[in-house]
Amino acid sequence: MSTIDVRLVEVTKVFGQDVAVDHVNLEVLDGEFFSLLGPSGCGKTTTLRMIGGFEEPTSGLIELNGEDVTWLPPYRRNVNTVFQNYALFPHLTIFENVAFGLRRRKVKGAEIKARVAQMLQLVELRGFDQRKPGQISGGQAQRVALARALINRPAVLLLDEPLGALDLKLRKQMQLELKRIQQEVGITFIYVTHDQDEAMTMSDRIAVMNRGRYEQLGRPEELYERPTTRFVAGFLGVCNLLPGHVDGTADAYALVALDDSTKLRLPLAQVSGSTDVEVGVRPEKVRLLELTDDVPAGANVLRGRVKQTSYTGVSTLYVIERSNGQTFTVYEQNLERAAANSLWRPGEEVAMTWSPDDTFAVRGASTASTADAASGSPSVNETAAS
Amino acid sequence: MVASAAPNHIQKPRGHLGRRLVRSVDRWILPLYAFVAVLYLAIPVLVMIAFSFNDPTGRSNLTWKAFSINAWLDPLGKPGLAQAVTTSISIAVLSTIIATILGLLIGLALVRHAFRGRGIVNLLIFLPMSTPEIVLGVSLLTLFIASTQWSFVPKGTFFPLSFTTILIAHVMFNISYVVVTIRARLQGFPRHLEEAAADLGANEWTTFWRVTFPLILPGVIAAALLAFSLSIDDYVITEFTSGQTQTFPIFIFGSQLRGIPVQVNVIGTIIFVSAVLFVVISTLLQRRQRLDPVEAEEE
Ligand SMILES: Nc1ncnc2c1ncn2[C@@H]1O[C@H](COP(=O)(O)OP(=O)(O)OP(=O)(O)O)[C@@H](O)[C@H]1O
Ligand SMILES: [Mg+2]
Repeated sequence: MSTIDVRLVEVTKVFGQDVAVDHVNLEVLDGEFFSLLGPSGCGKTTTLRMIGGFEEPTSGLIELNGEDVTWLPPYRRNVNTVFQNYALFPHLTIFENVAFGLRRRKVKGAEIKARVAQMLQLVELRGFDQRKPGQISGGQAQRVALARALINRPAVLLLDEPLGALDLKLRKQMQLELKRIQQEVGITFIYVTHDQDEAMTMSDRIAVMNRGRYEQLGRPEELYERPTTRFVAGFLGVCNLLPGHVDGTADAYALVALDDSTKLRLPLAQVSGSTDVEVGVRPEKVRLLELTDDVPAGANVLRGRVKQTSYTGVSTLYVIERSNGQTFTVYEQNLERAAANSLWRPGEEVAMTWSPDDTFAVRGASTASTADAASGSPSVNETAAS
Repeated sequence: MVASAAPNHIQKPRGHLGRRLVRSVDRWILPLYAFVAVLYLAIPVLVMIAFSFNDPTGRSNLTWKAFSINAWLDPLGKPGLAQAVTTSISIAVLSTIIATILGLLIGLALVRHAFRGRGIVNLLIFLPMSTPEIVLGVSLLTLFIASTQWSFVPKGTFFPLSFTTILIAHVMFNISYVVVTIRARLQGFPRHLEEAAADLGANEWTTFWRVTFPLILPGVIAAALLAFSLSIDDYVITEFTSGQTQTFPIFIFGSQLRGIPVQVNVIGTIIFVSAVLFVVISTLLQRRQRLDPVEAEEE
């Protein structure tokens, strides 16, 4: 049903000694909202610029709608771009900015007028057509850039951090707006961002990039719930990681023994063949219980002592320390305990428990070095026992 | 219910000697200084204008005799003057056009493309600006004379000296000023605008005329004006490359011994007034543009 709009085959870009994009293979489907997510310098812009035709790949192949466009100049590709700094033409009115692409294709004056009006309406900028780019706000300039690109009805729209220059509130608003417009026009969007919230709210699928390649590609919930690398786990949110090794199976689960030989369960598919893994769980999946409470059958359990409690309104953040010094972050919704005014207090012994199905395993430090953790995943709880 | 009148903080501080000094500098000395400075700049021009209304009895227009508008009624009425003015204007216009086109192309190449020898070209472009004019004039003359011995140069191309050799000389020194002016404008040019044009379907040619050129146009105009004004009053280099041809500056210099005619002041005044008008008009135009700030994005 869905056809492939954009295909990258072994695309590589080298700048001098730097490998900016490293043998990337991607397939973006027709009508999809696809995001490239990653930290600064990981090669997102370079990838996008190669699709747009502003940069030639050092090697590899780029296809649009099945046609090889690797060596075509930008003006011969059915792709349009929304630049991060908008790149509106300062000497032209908003009308002429939006009409620029149509004029290049020699569309008739009357049709241009109608289509520009329709576009300005889509981006809610009616009545701005005679202004110059210097006379509108950042958010409005962003919409003009979008209108100027969309009016050409490209097969694919490329967006390079289009909301980067806006303040937080406007960003949130424009995220929804972009999503609405994308659904309305049904054009494939390839969206570059380093903001994981932005990528998760808007995208159908995300490729999480790191150092010139993507580490994992999938729907937002797949990436969040079942990251396969340490980097992805850390980039998409806070997570707790514990090193261990695979030690048999039980029921439909694999067992992983931690350093202190505690065993945790997790879905078999998660460990597929590896022996040394890091077991992970998101902070909001973990429940805190009294040591004497009943633990649900089959759940993973670890003990610890509350080290820190921070009430944040929506939830309470606990830092729990295990006896071997590993720390765990837990978010608890403010339900019964908050109402009863009995949040866990530092020093209390607790049992941390969560479902095996919420447990994932990431490939260990062999693929992700410390540099990754430093640059991309400050939120990974370092769990080295010492 | 207003509590009380605001305390009067905004009293002027008084009495302090230092402050009084500062205030008197503000009020008197700075304006006076500015006035003297402007006068210093304006006096030669004012004298020139005044003497364009003189009626000299002798040959030289150096002492004030009587008011007259004779020279204004017949501004070209001296033998050779009309010819000299026409020559000067023709050379200025031609050398400006040629130098601006060539300079624009050189500027584009220097800023946009990395090619072998770019560093050398960048350096060479400065040469005509930094070499003393008289040295340039002498070496051009040497070159033109030497060219008569080269078999591949058709006889009579560069020698005897002529309108053509003046033009070649003026284009040469003008190019460097044009390149330097346009290069400054191009270096600050936002390249992503050109990428955006290409993205929207404009090929290189269309992109240049629709986006690049309109945006660097102020720089191109500034360069052309500079070239025109450098050419029209050049004396030193022209002296070495003109032969029998007379330009306006050469005419003036030549008539110095016989006595400079009043018409020279008239033409000088006309040039001055045109220049002032031009500056005023372009300032007004720019101010209007600034009101709708088209260039706000360029930073
Ligand atoms: N024109 C260039 N010349 C040399 N190196 C470049 C060039 N463009 C990008 N790079 C390098 O390629 C790498 C990837 O750059 P890129 O712009 O694609 O990163 P990015 O993921 O878009 O980062 P950001 O989020 O900061 O925009 C970086 O290390 C960068 O320094
Ligand atoms: Mg980027």
